[in-house]
Amino acid sequence: MEPVTDRLATSDASPLVPREALDAVLVAALRSGGEFAEVFVEDRRSGSARLDDRRVEELVSGRERGAGIRVVNGDTVGFAHTADLTVSGLEHAAAAAAAAARGAGTATRTIALPDAPRAPDNDVIVFPDTVAKSRKIELLRQADDAARSEGDAIRSVSASYAEARRRIVVANSDGLYATDERVRTRFAVQAVAAGDTGMHTGLEAPGRTMGFEFFDEFAVADIARKAATQALTLVESVPAPSGKVPVVLRRGAGGVLFHEACGHGLEADLIQRDASVFVGKVGETVAAPGVTLIDDGTFGREWGTFAIDDEGQPARPNTLIDNGVLTDYMWDLVRARKAGRASSGNGRRETYQVLPMVRMTNTYLAAGDADADAIIADTDFGVYCVQLGGGQVNTATGDFVFGVTEGYLIERGRITRPIRPAQLIGNGPAALHDIDAIGNDFATWTGTCGKRGQSVPVSSGQPTLRIQNLTIGGTAA
Amino acid sequence: MSDVDLLALCRRVAADSRPGEQIEAYGVRTSETDLDVFDGHVESLSVAGIDGVGVRVIVDGRQGFAWAGSLDEAVVRDTIRDARDNAAFAEPDEHNGLATPADVATAEAPDLDLWRESLLAVDTDAKIEFTLALDSAVRAADQRIRGVEAANYGDGAIERALVNSHGVEAYSRRTICSASAYALAGEGDETQTGYGFAAGREFSDLDADAIAAMAIDRTVRMLGARQVAGRRLPVVFDPLVTASFLGVLSAAFNAESMLKGRSLFQDRVGEVVGAPIVQIADDPTDPAMFGATSHDGEGVPCRRNRLVIDGVLQGFLHNTYTARRAGAATTGSAARGGFKSTPGVGVKALSFAPGRRDQAEIIAALDDALYVQSVSGIHSGTNPISGDFSVGAEGLLVRAGAFAEPVREVTIASTLPRMLTDIVEVGADLVHLPGSTAGLTLVIGEMTLSGS
Repeated sequence: MEPVTDRLATSDASPLVPREALDAVLVAALRSGGEFAEVFVEDRRSGSARLDDRRVEELVSGRERGAGIRVVNGDTVGFAHTADLTVSGLEHAAAAAAAAARGAGTATRTIALPDAPRAPDNDVIVFPDTVAKSRKIELLRQADDAARSEGDAIRSVSASYAEARRRIVVANSDGLYATDERVRTRFAVQAVAAGDTGMHTGLEAPGRTMGFEFFDEFAVADIARKAATQALTLVESVPAPSGKVPVVLRRGAGGVLFHEACGHGLEADLIQRDASVFVGKVGETVAAPGVTLIDDGTFGREWGTFAIDDEGQPARPNTLIDNGVLTDYMWDLVRARKAGRASSGNGRRETYQVLPMVRMTNTYLAAGDADADAIIADTDFGVYCVQLGGGQVNTATGDFVFGVTEGYLIERGRITRPIRPAQLIGNGPAALHDIDAIGNDFATWTGTCGKRGQSVPVSSGQPTLRIQNLTIGGTAA
Repeated sequence: MSDVDLLALCRRVAADSRPGEQIEAYGVRTSETDLDVFDGHVESLSVAGIDGVGVRVIVDGRQGFAWAGSLDEAVVRDTIRDARDNAAFAEPDEHNGLATPADVATAEAPDLDLWRESLLAVDTDAKIEFTLALDSAVRAADQRIRGVEAANYGDGAIERALVNSHGVEAYSRRTICSASAYALAGEGDETQTGYGFAAGREFSDLDADAIAAMAIDRTVRMLGARQVAGRRLPVVFDPLVTASFLGVLSAAFNAESMLKGRSLFQDRVGEVVGAPIVQIADDPTDPAMFGATSHDGEGVPCRRNRLVIDGVLQGFLHNTYTARRAGAATTGSAARGGFKSTPGVGVKALSFAPGRRDQAEIIAALDDALYVQSVSGIHSGTNPISGDFSVGAEGLLVRAGAFAEPVREVTIASTLPRMLTDIVEVGADLVHLPGSTAGLTLVIGEMTLSGS
């Protein structure tokens, strides 16, 4: 059968909802009171293909379209959503949101939206949905071949391709009217190697906020070889140590540490709930000298990049920690309005079906001036961390963990044996003070951040660096 | 919530099949309330529903899938078209196929009563009043409590329908409600946190005072927690931790993992994989389990599957695809992550068979151990393929039969196979939890604690 071209093959300029309908819905949302109303409309198309066990198992297409409407009335936010984008469907949802906001008055507000939305330029070169499915399948096969050619110990390979295209419209009673179209592409390879020490897995899964030109930047064979090499390396691994050790994080490997150790604790919603160890610490030294942490939704084509956030606020770079001193928290629009300040462009939501929250975008530690090799050479004994598998934090206590999926022992200044995957645990404020070397290199990591059941794409980045004291949870005596 | 007849819609999709083509439609409709209270007021209230359909097409052994977050007829037609197009690009596999009447005949569907009309009748004000009461109960009961990070109430009414072109049909519906509070305690620089919750099928199953008591107890007993020196010692899992542990272990029982050479239990059927006291079953026919359901994700009746008896592995869980490929019968274990994915294999109601003693009796009999109240990094620190298990832990030391000092910022590590063989006691205190696993107190004879 010949490839079928999707009917929505190119950038679609038609509005998801007519502007007049947005006016009417905002008026309806505020009819029984409330000081702020917002309508968020989304149209999402996604596609994926998966190869496993040498076979293209499955191609999946998905579509989702709808609107979320919220009404702020004093301390209460009322929210409703609908997949019905007709004027009556939207008005019905607006009435439900207004009722949930517990308004009791009868007020008529006029809403003055601009005639045309603020829309950022779209610089996607090749929309992934315009590329033949056969081409995507070819990429999966290349990855399978490349991973298997790394060694006979590779027992199983799975590869997946994923694309998503999300158009959004945001309008609110402050007169904001903005649109955006986001395109994301990701490719992942998992390899399993078997040996005397059992089965081991390797995973490499880069993603970018860009179109199919992603594959000009990333060769699938390289992604596959990294996954396979990691699995093969682990076949030779020894049990990880147990106890406090210096930890050297290779560039890109440890950005998630800052995401967990302090990123979440700097989100204004958790600050307002008194659920962060960083409450009241703005202006204070919270990290070692040289530590500069930035969250930047405009950072290249990284996984957490967008033009406007899900409340219509432009993404921007925000310095959170400047040379060890805490400078600001991250904010969404509703909390910023209450605090009488501007949003920092960190209001994000997984879909139109949920309320936005304060979320990170691309969070990274700025490079220093040490040579990465010299940092290792200067470490008598420790753990060199090359890849992480994600982490978790309790922002109220500051305790965080992250899993080391590829790590090595450092013995007398040299990288020696690979270690079995283990968890690292530390306390955010303490770990930030324990950073004693910051390299002059830099790389990023693609991840998915979960908070209160919502997942959003993020990236994190950092130069090679050393933390003097973290606890590693291995099983070695 | 749309008023579309879900089963009728699925029948129309299945009837669209062309000669030589198999079609399956899986429709889902939910209606949900989500309510957050903070600092004595309603912070957010959401009342909404989500509808959607997933369509699977198999032609010449090739499988394609598409889904849409809508039950609109025109959108559903586009979804069938997308699924057909996707099938054209997949590779043929002789084992691909939908459930047949013969698969359905492998068990009798349990008659489960999981729907409570009374939950739908509860008005929003009552839910608000309940959650406000929960928030204030946590604050009022103990002066060491500094605040409540969040008090939440949520409920849902879920309907699912499945029809395929072989004539297989299934329809089920259930209600669920839950409430939780996350408490903060401590003065000055110290903060400790703890979580209380309850879940049920109807509103009267929830008791705000019991949830508050659980949150307070689990928070204040952590006051003064410190890192301790590393060593090997027996570890006691709280029921919530055991449920997470089972969640990690569940992948090992999956025939899909086994057929791809990625199960820890590869070639181990009939062999000893756990201590002789270990009995594990997946039983979606038990209505007390929150994962209970009459039919699996392919429309095949669910049944009780005993996976480990007296420490011996009995077999793997199958859907119809893995059954055909392995030359086995389906165990009614097709699992779907909602309407957005094809049916894989998964547990629905996995549990250890309860032992004889409750938690207090178990603790009283231990001389030196770590009781783990909560773990962190369960996804980043465990691997069901390699068996590695290393997670952050918080809890209390147990000394001479009683809880002693609270502990934080430590990890506990072992491997999944060792942990199963090292189980020395299974508690009697079965706790049903939302999700696909149940919890109870579990004692692992030895793990490595890493600390200072």
